[in-house]
Amino acid sequence: MAKMKGAIVVDLEKCKGCEVCRVACPNDVIAMAQEVNHKGYHYAYQEHQDACVGCANCAVVCPDGVITVYKVKLSD
Amino acid sequence: MDIKDIIKPENLVYQKTPLMTDKPLSYCPGCGHGTAHRIVMEVIEEMGIQSETIGVAPVGCSVLAYDFMNVDMVGASHGRAPAVATGIKRCWPEKFVYTYQGDGDLAAIGTAETIHAANRGENITIIFINNGIYGMTGGQMAPTTLEGMKTSTSPYGRELKSMGNPLKMTELLAQLPGTCYVTRQSVHSPRNVRRAKKAVRAAFESQKENKGLSLVEIVSNCNSGWKMEPVASNEWMVEHMFPFYPLGDIKVDGKLVNNQ
Repeated sequence: MAKMKGAIVVDLEKCKGCEVCRVACPNDVIAMAQEVNHKGYHYAYQEHQDACVGCANCAVVCPDGVITVYKVKLSD
Repeated sequence: MDIKDIIKPENLVYQKTPLMTDKPLSYCPGCGHGTAHRIVMEVIEEMGIQSETIGVAPVGCSVLAYDFMNVDMVGASHGRAPAVATGIKRCWPEKFVYTYQGDGDLAAIGTAETIHAANRGENITIIFINNGIYGMTGGQMAPTTLEGMKTSTSPYGRELKSMGNPLKMTELLAQLPGTCYVTRQSVHSPRNVRRAKKAVRAAFESQKENKGLSLVEIVSNCNSGWKMEPVASNEWMVEHMFPFYPLGDIKVDGKLVNNQ
């Protein structure tokens, strides 16, 4: 089976740090940053980049729509 | 493979729809309103009806919906969105008209307008966000507040004897012959968001075929009003709201669905 590899881009300044994406991720890719953005929220970021399969679950549940998802199919 | 090789326009699988404006949403972190806004706009984008859609914004947390939804919008007085939508739809029957209302708007002050619009079978779509509380004004008890639920005006929990029973507005409207498609969904998990989006699509499709009023209730959280963290409030919602407000279709193609 072809393996999928994904990557997410989070709009850090619009993220409100609600952690709904972190819970929705099946592979624990997302973690909350120690730093805060200009609004004072601990924003989400891609901590375990290798585990991301680009399922877009995080982007689908994000209330503020700040996550963009990319995906490629890896050839064997 | 390097992350820079993945992040290319040709590999894009999901991004915020351009029908949502770039303005940061005014909602609290983790609020279901943002997700609900986005799925409605995604459906309008997929159907290609942006220029033929007119939305009616209510009073409540989503009063500023016209700032975020990139379609023509009208603001209605508190609870009167179905009445305003009726007028718009009767003037332009070929346009898609929807209202976006909360439970304080639709199930309290706007009960009369909602029930009569449904009973007349107005060919509009209502998106109804039910979080069991008046969110914008500080978490007061709403008609949809659950038994025993603590709010700022029922600090010891809702007591049925003096405060009445929680109102299942969606089941009530499903009984009326004017409604065509009535369903209850939620947007707290990826699976539920995808289902809710299908339901919104079905609601707009039934409006396209002039079948009558379609209603999509979205059970949502209000973490600020419930005094919880966003993820905890979603868990609380699954545990307490869903047993009383079960998810699923209630009426499809004008026929009641027997879920129980």
